[in-house]
Amino acid sequence: MKLSELKKGDSAKIIAIDATEDLKRRLRSFGVIKGSELSVETYSLAKKTIEIMVDDTLIGLRAIEAEKVEVEKITEGKN
Amino acid sequence: MACQSCNCSTEGDTKQGKDGAGLEAIRVVLAGQPNVGKSMLVNAMSGSGRMKVGNFSGVTVEKTEICFEHHCHQFEMVDLPGTYSINGFSKEEKVAHDYLMHESYDVIINVLDATHMQRNLLLTLELLKLNKKMVLALNMADEAAKEGIEIDVNQIEAVIGVPVILVSASTGEGVDALLDRVHEVADSRRRQHSRILYSDPVEEEIDRVAHFFDERGYSYRDLSSRELAMRTLMGDPVIYAALHDHPIMIELQPLIAASLEHIYTHHESKNMDEIKANEYTAVARGIRLETVHCKREKRRGKSLTKRIDDILINKYFGIPIFLFFMWALFQLTFTLGALPMDWIDAGFTAFGDAVGSMISHEGLRSLIVDGIIAGVGAVVLFLPNIIILYIGIALLETTGYMSRVAFLLDGFFHKFGLHGKSFIPLVTGFGCTVPAYMATRTLKSEKDRLITLFILGFMSCGARLPIYVLFAGAFFGPDQAGNVIFAIYIAGALLGLVMAKVLRVVVFKGEDEPFVMEMPKYRLPSFKLIWHTVYQQASGYLKKAGTFILVASMLIWFASTYPKVDAPSELGVNQAKLYELEHSYLGQIGHATEPFFAPLGFDWRMAVALEAGLAAKEVVVSTLGVLYAIGDEVDAESSSLITQLKANVSFASAIAFIVFVMIYLPCLAASMVFAREAGGYKYLLYLFLFTTATAWIFAFAAYHLLN
Repeated sequence: MKLSELKKGDSAKIIAIDATEDLKRRLRSFGVIKGSELSVETYSLAKKTIEIMVDDTLIGLRAIEAEKVEVEKITEGKN
Repeated sequence: MACQSCNCSTEGDTKQGKDGAGLEAIRVVLAGQPNVGKSMLVNAMSGSGRMKVGNFSGVTVEKTEICFEHHCHQFEMVDLPGTYSINGFSKEEKVAHDYLMHESYDVIINVLDATHMQRNLLLTLELLKLNKKMVLALNMADEAAKEGIEIDVNQIEAVIGVPVILVSASTGEGVDALLDRVHEVADSRRRQHSRILYSDPVEEEIDRVAHFFDERGYSYRDLSSRELAMRTLMGDPVIYAALHDHPIMIELQPLIAASLEHIYTHHESKNMDEIKANEYTAVARGIRLETVHCKREKRRGKSLTKRIDDILINKYFGIPIFLFFMWALFQLTFTLGALPMDWIDAGFTAFGDAVGSMISHEGLRSLIVDGIIAGVGAVVLFLPNIIILYIGIALLETTGYMSRVAFLLDGFFHKFGLHGKSFIPLVTGFGCTVPAYMATRTLKSEKDRLITLFILGFMSCGARLPIYVLFAGAFFGPDQAGNVIFAIYIAGALLGLVMAKVLRVVVFKGEDEPFVMEMPKYRLPSFKLIWHTVYQQASGYLKKAGTFILVASMLIWFASTYPKVDAPSELGVNQAKLYELEHSYLGQIGHATEPFFAPLGFDWRMAVALEAGLAAKEVVVSTLGVLYAIGDEVDAESSSLITQLKANVSFASAIAFIVFVMIYLPCLAASMVFAREAGGYKYLLYLFLFTTATAWIFAFAAYHLLN
């Protein structure tokens, strides 16, 4: 499933990133690569942007960018 | 860097130090990721050292240079922009990369956030590849201790091969030790080899290739055969250039091909950047697991940052809370700022009068009082606004809230080709365009910043208000005027957003910059740092913008005063003023440009008023006062000016005039600041053409629709 399809509180593992080199490089510099684990912290209004946590760092990204990250859900959020 | 040797307090004679080498300054480069407290550390290290803020040559990336002494040693330090990587394509990354590669320096201080070691180490691993002398400063040591994080400094040193110091910029802990180590490292011959281990397949191939080099006795510069092998495998172009002409290349080629195949298979990728990222991330994780221990068990509950985020970026409350902050900042800037502005204004007027009364020569008096003093006054006038606004922005930035603002608003602004952070300059623009242009610095992407700069003028600033009040009062009547003015403001803002989209599609084409940004931990603001930023901004404004504004105001004063003509004696005082203005260079320009404005329904007087408005929008109303021959002591509520306007200007021309004022170039002070922020006067020319063309087209349309 896509990162953008996760719900608030879910945690997941990245399986693949299918994006432009520029975006990939950005994500990489935060340690967001294949195999990284992340959790979804919150969404903004209308799900335009999404806040995730990777390696104890909070990262904000656009939903259209999150769509390009393929993940595998590990645990379901409480809410 | 121009760093004169400063006097050392313990040595009387600086010309002849005890050891000759001691006089040679140690050149240090600071590199680190954003939000690691780099600027605070710079402050803590340099104390009262001399600081020079400029730009890296050719780009608008801020460069801070500091000279200071520590234990009788001269340090010259350059603070590189905070970057997550040095291999990317952003302006900051390129600047950092080029500086590290091509400039001469002795030691790199790599600043890390001790509470976010793993991510920070990714940059460290890239820096290690530069093969320069380096010291690691693990900043925020106090915070790490508070969170129960224990860091095995010796172990990190052993793995990475460079000295590691725990420091805290906010308490000053470890800062002395850091500088001592930097000094030691600068004097040392070379750095130790690192003992970083990559994944098994990569290590296997490194060994194989290194063995190959050893057997052939091939070496390159001072690189170890292991390092050489690693670089060959990772496709370092410098190494390949050196190997290219060497006979061993023939044997090496098949070996490398096979090794790469092995590595590709292991990583399921043939993209070396990706492979490197995977390896680096694994190494960084390994180092953290080995050296960082959290004594306290991970707290069950949420961290403070997350709890604050639950409120501040709440889906529903987030935006209202932010709007409240903006409202407060806006109120402070323009309400509180109005007080000192009045004093400055009154002070300069009084000063001008006092000086004027002492000078008998009329031309000279006019030059000094109306030209120079009034010009300087206009520059200083904006200072309170800039200072208050900058305190506010620095607060938003240093606490970590600014990134949340971008997060909240990006959804809306991205539709128009803008960035979430564009909101702050845009709102500020309704108060005054000068600080608004300066506020665009928070935008990191060049495209986003330029688009925001270009459309900022459409947010009508406070100085345009009197013009709107005058015209709305004259042509709509008191009960309608308020609505009309509100409509003008909204129309300007909407036009700005639409033009942003147009610029994005037509001029600043191409892929959108990814948004991906760190939401740093919330931190209490450092007053030292805020003071520092504000001081830099304010003095930068006074120095750079000030001089140009002064020269330009004198030019405009000259154009409106010369050539001196003697008004026919039968004219009254006001008529004489009109006569003089009409025959001045400014009046002549007004007449000359009349054909340009004629299709908009403006006569030469309106043309002159608009042209004078290029200096400052406040001048427009007083110029109209002179031109419609009722003296310059008028304000927007002046009933006689309203009567005169109604008698002389048609409704359609009046609307076209409002439209033109709403869109065309902001005042001179703002224009100068624009040129500085955009990165050159050619951009000011573009802005002039862009706003004038837009203003003309819309005014033309308005005039002809209503006529």
